[in-house]
Amino acid sequence: MTEESNFEDSLAALEATVDALSRGDLPLDRALAVFEEGLGLYRRCHAILADSEQRVTKLIAAAEGLIEEPFPVE
Amino acid sequence: MDSLAVTCESRPGVPEALTVTQLARVIRDTVRANPILSRILVRGEVSNLQRAPSGHVFFTLKDATAQISCTLFREDAEMLGFDLEDGMDVVVSGDVDVFPRRGSVQLLIKAATPAGVGAFWAAYQKTRKKLAAEGLFDAARKRPLPSFPRKIGVVTSEVGAVVHDIVTILRRRYPIAHIVIAPALVQGPEAPASLRRALAFVADRVDVVIVARGGGSLEDLWCFNDEGLARAVAASRAPVVSAIGHETDVTIVDFVADVRAATPSAAAELVSPDATELMARINGAGRSLVGEIHEALRGARGRATALRERLSPRGLQRGVEANRALLERSFAALSAVAPREVTRQRERLDALGRRLDVLSPLATLQRGYAIAEREDGHVVAHAADVGSGDALAVRFQDGRIRVHVNQEQEDHDRRIEL
Repeated sequence: MTEESNFEDSLAALEATVDALSRGDLPLDRALAVFEEGLGLYRRCHAILADSEQRVTKLIAAAEGLIEEPFPVE
Repeated sequence: MDSLAVTCESRPGVPEALTVTQLARVIRDTVRANPILSRILVRGEVSNLQRAPSGHVFFTLKDATAQISCTLFREDAEMLGFDLEDGMDVVVSGDVDVFPRRGSVQLLIKAATPAGVGAFWAAYQKTRKKLAAEGLFDAARKRPLPSFPRKIGVVTSEVGAVVHDIVTILRRRYPIAHIVIAPALVQGPEAPASLRRALAFVADRVDVVIVARGGGSLEDLWCFNDEGLARAVAASRAPVVSAIGHETDVTIVDFVADVRAATPSAAAELVSPDATELMARINGAGRSLVGEIHEALRGARGRATALRERLSPRGLQRGVEANRALLERSFAALSAVAPREVTRQRERLDALGRRLDVLSPLATLQRGYAIAEREDGHVVAHAADVGSGDALAVRFQDGRIRVHVNQEQEDHDRRIEL
């Protein structure tokens, strides 16, 4: 699975951990586990957004079918 | 090429004669060999238009002083994108060919576009009414754009400012997405088929498609009024954002698209979330996490206070140690968030830790109190829980002594003699 395919899910999961904590009904050990999970998701989202390098490809109809080759962007 | 060998009898002093068939073949071969006469664009007025039951279309293209027969085969007629009519001013593209059997020169037409403002509007209005009547422009058909597209398709010319503008904006706003460019011709008679092909190629492998072209004349933009292209946009699996010409240009494709953008740059912004806003959202969630866990820890302290009386010293000590471990883990986790936030939280958590220490019964003993326990270590919190003859231990800060209860106090003012 690629990073870009996970961003949306990770962001939704991060916000779900905040919601779960903000309900305030979790026992402390569970709350801390959720907190740590949220922190991992926070780091992951941050890293995906900060470090992604955009892929740009060009679609070409070749003899073997449709292929994508890098599209030069200056 | 056929041999020009003469089959009729030759006579001295007279040039050798060709048969008619031979002549026709020479003409045909000459026409076919001339590159100027293939893939040619011709402008003229449609007349004598006839539609054969087979689906082929025959007409004459003429101007003030000349005319030429034209044939449009069924497959090409179906792909034309608008209806040819007598009197219509058109630009056609195709190949000149010769039909020896009828001794005629013809234009085999592959594609056509209306030419001139009058023809343009007539065809435009006709297509627009037709597709509107079918409901292809209905608001209910419009699909929402994905919030986080993983792949973004771009159908446009691969050269020029449009593709560059779109890529530049997407790179700034949403570098996570993969951009797939599907190159297409964006003007001329071949453009509708080229655009349809590019859209069909890309629509199945992306989450959203931008169909874009820079500004141009009515004729330049004509391909985006093509009926077949409009139907392809309507049928696209991925939602389509159109950005064609300037804001004042509205093509049939714009009506059919799920969203119409004023410019290619605006289209790029419409299909992509803004990374700056996303980063703010992520950081906001991080801050909320820290705030909420702080609340949870405060709540835990409150519960620890409430439980104090009911826990054995040893058990409470373990509880304190466990809480310390949790606090240490949370410190470690917090240190990843934001240094300033962590410093502030750490100070508050340190204070919380000190309070937990104060709550420890061991600290209570340090202050000179003693605790009565049963043999199993349970704290005796109420005189009413003790009966005469019970064996207890009294715990001081420096050790414990065993005692027996030898008298039980009555009623409300119970007193225990040790």
